[in-house]
Amino acid sequence: MNRVLEINRLTKSYGEAVALNNISFSLEEGKIYGLLGRNGAGKTTLMHIITAQLFATSGEVKVFGENPYENDRVLSQVCFIKESQKYPEFYRIKDVLVISKDIFPNWDAEYALQLVHDFNLPINRKIKKLSRGMLSAVGIIIGLASRAPLTFFDEPYLGLDAVARTIFYDRLLEDYAEHPRTVVLSTHLIDEVSKLLEHVIVIDNGKMLVNEDAETLRGQAITITGPAAKVEEFSRGKKIIQREGFGGLVSVTVLGNLSLPEQKQAQVTGLELAPVSLQQLIVRLTTDNNERKAA
Amino acid sequence: MSLLIDDSSPIFVQIAERIENDIIEGLLPEETQVPSTNQFASFYQINPATAAKGVNLLVDQGILYKKRGIGMFVTEGARDKLMEKRRERFFEQYVITMVNEAKKLGITIEQLTEMIRKGGNA
Repeated sequence: MNRVLEINRLTKSYGEAVALNNISFSLEEGKIYGLLGRNGAGKTTLMHIITAQLFATSGEVKVFGENPYENDRVLSQVCFIKESQKYPEFYRIKDVLVISKDIFPNWDAEYALQLVHDFNLPINRKIKKLSRGMLSAVGIIIGLASRAPLTFFDEPYLGLDAVARTIFYDRLLEDYAEHPRTVVLSTHLIDEVSKLLEHVIVIDNGKMLVNEDAETLRGQAITITGPAAKVEEFSRGKKIIQREGFGGLVSVTVLGNLSLPEQKQAQVTGLELAPVSLQQLIVRLTTDNNERKAA
Repeated sequence: MSLLIDDSSPIFVQIAERIENDIIEGLLPEETQVPSTNQFASFYQINPATAAKGVNLLVDQGILYKKRGIGMFVTEGARDKLMEKRRERFFEQYVITMVNEAKKLGITIEQLTEMIRKGGNA
């Protein structure tokens, strides 16, 4: 697989504050990635550095094998849809679409118009008169119709209703199937997008926490519930990421798969096993980390 | 069974199970074509690579086979093979669970047998 992005020991600090701490990872061609983490984890800073809008304090960033800074050849292949994109004061939606054609070599004007129709946008209205949801839809249209080989969506659904979000997921999958490319969805709304993702990167407090195949993560944790003594005995030697007590019952979440004999043993001893969703897993991992730090 | 894919077990496993169910229930007869990876992806709103992984799982087990340039088809004899596999799982999944729950509630094996007979007549 070709790598479209390589990041090596990247650090960004603002004086004492460290926004990104020694991050390394790479993105492969033609995959949909999730860049997940809590608010303020460093996701947007990371995307700003990748798209050459911020300088790293140290470390290396290679986009399509090259340094992205003042590199038009590379930057024309990258589309970054920001959460709060600013447009010139008097631009209408129409004007944004015209400008996009000059910025993105793969721009599909016909497809963009189709999307304007799908999202039911008033094409002659000025950008500054649009609602938050409409503004998000404009960003989504640019992100999809630009067909950039590397596309970032930073929290693309602010203010979008459920119908519009579903349109976004549908169109993204459709267009991705026809024009495979690398897409990065950055969000803290994990449940809704988790099914779309092939690979998941989780950043927590500026550090890389998870860099794993989405399907591998889905089977990775399990919650065991039952009488305290039995749960303790069963989960001994396992990596516990969360523990909760409720009356005489204890519920622990452990990392790793249970073998078939273990599952049977749990059943016989009357323990309840429940799978953990991607969102729950990430919530548990990121909460756990911060608490440990505070302790 | 609900149409929605949930997030609690690997999605490719759930996709494989959906196809298995359709074969068992006769919705996908042997030697018919199964939907393409992209059709699965857009129907369930999942990543196409994940859908492909689910389909390939069944190819590896000989339940589906690939016709070059056309798509995936249900293998002859796939239904019998799946029924056999599900019957084996039935004991683990339902009988053992039921007996354990019965013990917890103080239901004897005789009473349980009687209940099953009654359930069969219902």
